[in-house]
Formats: sequence, structure tokens, C-alpha cells
Amino acid sequence: MDKVMSNKKVIALYVLPSLILLAGLVYIPIILTGYYGLMDWNGIGPMTFIGLENYIKLLSDATFWYSARNSFFLAFFSSAALIVYLAVSLVLAAKIKGRETLRKIYLIPMLLSSVAIAQLWIKIYDPNNGMLNSLLKTLGVESPPAWLAQRETVLIAIFIAIVWQYAGFYIIIYSAALKGIPSSLIEAAEIDGATPLQIAYKIKLPLISGVIKTTIVLAIVGSLKYFDLIYVMTGGGPNGSSEVIASYMYKQAFGINNFGYGSAIGFMLLLLALTTTFIIQKITASKNDNLQY
Amino acid sequence: MATHEKKPSKKIGMALLYLVLGLIAVFQIYPLVWLFFFSLKGNSEIFGRSPFALPENWLFENYARVWVDGNISQYFFNSVLITATSVILTVILASFVTFAITRMKWKLSGTVLLLFMIGYMIPIHSTLVPLFQFYRELNLIDNPLSIILAYVAYNMPLTIMILMGFYRTLPREIEEAAVMDGCSIHRIFFQIILPMTKPVLSTTIIINMIYNWNEFVFVNTFISSDKYKTLTVGIQNFIGQYLTDWGAIGATLIISIIPILIAFIFLSNRIVEGIAAGSVKG
Repeated sequence: MDKVMSNKKVIALYVLPSLILLAGLVYIPIILTGYYGLMDWNGIGPMTFIGLENYIKLLSDATFWYSARNSFFLAFFSSAALIVYLAVSLVLAAKIKGRETLRKIYLIPMLLSSVAIAQLWIKIYDPNNGMLNSLLKTLGVESPPAWLAQRETVLIAIFIAIVWQYAGFYIIIYSAALKGIPSSLIEAAEIDGATPLQIAYKIKLPLISGVIKTTIVLAIVGSLKYFDLIYVMTGGGPNGSSEVIASYMYKQAFGINNFGYGSAIGFMLLLLALTTTFIIQKITASKNDNLQY
Repeated sequence: MATHEKKPSKKIGMALLYLVLGLIAVFQIYPLVWLFFFSLKGNSEIFGRSPFALPENWLFENYARVWVDGNISQYFFNSVLITATSVILTVILASFVTFAITRMKWKLSGTVLLLFMIGYMIPIHSTLVPLFQFYRELNLIDNPLSIILAYVAYNMPLTIMILMGFYRTLPREIEEAAVMDGCSIHRIFFQIILPMTKPVLSTTIIINMIYNWNEFVFVNTFISSDKYKTLTVGIQNFIGQYLTDWGAIGATLIISIIPILIAFIFLSNRIVEGIAAGSVKG
């Protein structure tokens, strides 16, 4: 048995092709991004080593900081929205008729491409013929904003489209976690006279805290990586007011052939994603301990 | 189960709850219904009448027009081919890896698993420039192979994660019995284990299908010829040319989401499973 199941040649045959593929297309590029960030390089000509110049320039690049601010804005509100998704999931965990169907309906937007979603929301936000402003005008708002064309509204407008896209995703995750709670625990609490709110707050939430942590990481890191939707919806506009880190990176590298600088931004994005993940793990770890004991 | 006497206040509470849940459902669905309606309208109707009105004459010719004149059929078939190839490759390779990691005995299996999982959280924008450069050196820019390889690599971690949960539930006795009967390891994998994983395979297939069908950045970066573009990038081009033709845009968008909606109708349980497995266990 052991001889067959630990055949080194077979293991290599099964694992190596995939591992090589990932090495070539994921791991090595990750390292190279940091390295290219040290270069002055337009993507076509030769690379010139310029040390940390790109990274130093980045630190005083107002557009980069503005795009980082926008990314963190989306990260903050996306994680705040988790509370709403969690509340909806808790309600759906109760004996609600048609809850499976509702969950599936909520999920539908998540299955569509960001490009299609962006194009659809461009039309919804259209100042003259869009669904939203027509609705607002019917309700008596005289001059509703041109949502995607105004500095003050563009990020909120994008955020709402993001909520539309991801709400179902998080509700599915929370619902799956809630289903995993043994019903005996809930019944015991009911017999002891606990109200549904108490059960939700004192039993269900602590039991799914691991999943909540995962979703916080997903929401924040996901927001830092946001690209497709914004790139298609506004292209970072108007006038850079909805630029995010990934869209700024893309513009620098593939828009104006600033490959060295673009790589530096890409590397910063990686560092930001990793540090944020690490910090959330740290913060939430101590919270879990408090809840459990 | 205990039957509660329902107080009036509780009834009102429940009614409110259903109202809120219903409103969320409308918020999630209505934009798509609206999209479908304006895909059937002409410009005079779109710009002249209420956006909430039903289409007056159902202009299915919008669909015929974009399918033929707008090059959408070409993009559509490219999407089908690239998605199908990538999904098959990803699922087969990931099955090999998952089998080796969860069923076979070797010292480094934990480390290798960790290596695969690292790939899960990497922002693609942090690899895009080197990837572009690498493909350029291999002469793979503007070649569909660049897209397929990237899809396989970047979806591998999630696919392994979903498969793993299932592989771990299979009893060891399966292999023990097979080895006793003198089965080779390849036969154990291909003829015994792999067929047993059918349910989870369909989950990974549908999840991969959705991700690949919807992918945008890789195609936008590595493909420049129209003849290789997939729907996501193709409709971007198309809309750039038909900016004010809402009917055409709507028809294009509906065409791009129809395959996903059909898959959803038949496989929604699998999709839900895949999403839950991919993140709860991560």
C-alpha cells in the first residue's frame, strides 16, 4: 500500500506541471515586479537600474496617494457593508419561507462580468435617460446629480454598484457558516428562554467569527484590488477622482508605457494587501479570544 | 417543534421582514429586467419615453444586428473556446495535485499545498507587467494560449481548495482495497477516485466557467487582435463605437450574460456550494 501511494515519480508527475506553471506565471512575476520597480523602463527599450527612485517618487506622488485613499474608502465601506449582509443572513437563517430562493436571487449579480455590470450601471446612472434619475425626478427631485460625472458622487455611485455585485456572495458565505451551527445549541438556548436577538448575538456570531474574519479580509483585500468595474465605469474619472491603486498602476504601465513605475505601484499594491491581511488577522485574533472565554 | 401563538406585533414584524427581503430581491433583479427591456427598444423609445415603460415593439433585430454586424458572434465563440479549454485544463491539473496532496504520502505535501494556496491572495496587478514581458519573450502576446495559461494558473488555488474538502472525506479503504487488487496508481486515480469526485468536479467546473467567462484584465492586456478577443473585452470595443445606441448595447450585454444565467438556472446549487466551499474553508 505505502509503496504504491508514495511513489515519488508519480507524485512528481502529478504535481510538477501545475507547480511549474504557477512558478512561471505567479511566483516569479511577483518577485520580478519588485525588481522591475527598481528600473527606469518604458517597456520597449533597455532597462536602466535607478535604485529606489520609483519607490521614493511614489511616496510623494499625489495621484498615487489619492488613488490609495479611494481604494481604502472602498475597503472601509465594503467591510462596513458586511454588517448588513450578516444581518440579512441571520434573518434568512430563521424559518423564512422561500429563503433558498431569496439567497439565489441575491447572488445573481455576482455571476455577471464586471464589464457587463459596469456598462449596465453606466446606463442606470445616465443623467438623462437612466433609471435612477428618472425615478428621482418622478419622486420630485428637480435636478438629480450626474452621478458618474461629478467628483462628489462618483465614489458613492461606484460603491453602490459594488454592493449590488457582491451582496449575494457574502450572504451565501454567511448562510453556509450559519447552517454549520449544530441546531442542538440553538434549541438549548431557546429552552433557556433566550430571545432570537440574544441567540444571534451571543451564540451564532461568536461561532462563525472565523468566517467573519475571512470575509473582512476578502472585502478589504478585494477592495484594494478593485479594477475592472471602475476601469470600465469611469476610467478613474472624472479628472482622476475615482482613480484606485490598480487603475493607476494599469494606466502608468499599459497606458503611458511607464513599466518601471507601474511595476513599483504593483509591488506597493502587493505589500498593502499583505500588510492589511496581516493586521486584520492580528486584530481579529485578540477579539476572538475575548469572545470565547 | 413548538408552536407559538402569534401576537399581532409579531405578525407586523414578520410582514416588515418580508417586505425588506423582497425589496432587496427587487434591487438585485430589477436592473437586469430593465436591461432586458431596453435591449429591445429603439433609440426613439429610449430617449423619448419613460425608461420604465415596457418596449413598444419588441425589437429582437437589435440582437441580430449586433450578432452579425457588431462582431459579437466572433467574440462569443472565442469566449466559449477559451473558457472551455481553460476549465478542462484547470480541473484536470487541480485534480492531479489534490489527489497527490490528500491521498498520497510524501513529506513535502503540506509545504506544496501552502505554495499553491499563496497564489490565492495575489493581486493580479502585482504580476501583470512581468507576465506581459514573459509572454512577449515567448512570443505569446496576442495568442489565446497566453490567456488560457493565465486562467489555469490563477484559478488553480481556488479549484484545489474546493476539491480538497471532498477528497478528504473519501475513506482510505478505497485505495487499500485497490492496492490489494493490484491496481496501479494511475488506475486508482483515473478509474476509481476521479469518477467518485463527479459532484465536486461539476462544482469546480461551473465556478471556473463563470470566472473565465467574465475575466477582463488578462484579455485586455495580452490580446490586441479582434479575432482573439473574448466577449468582455469585445463588448468594450463595441460599446466604444456604438455609444448612443442603447438597444445595441443592451442586446450585447444580454448576449454576454445569457450563458451564465442558463448555467445558473440549472446549476445554482452547485454554484452556491462552490462559493461557500471556496471561502469558508479558506
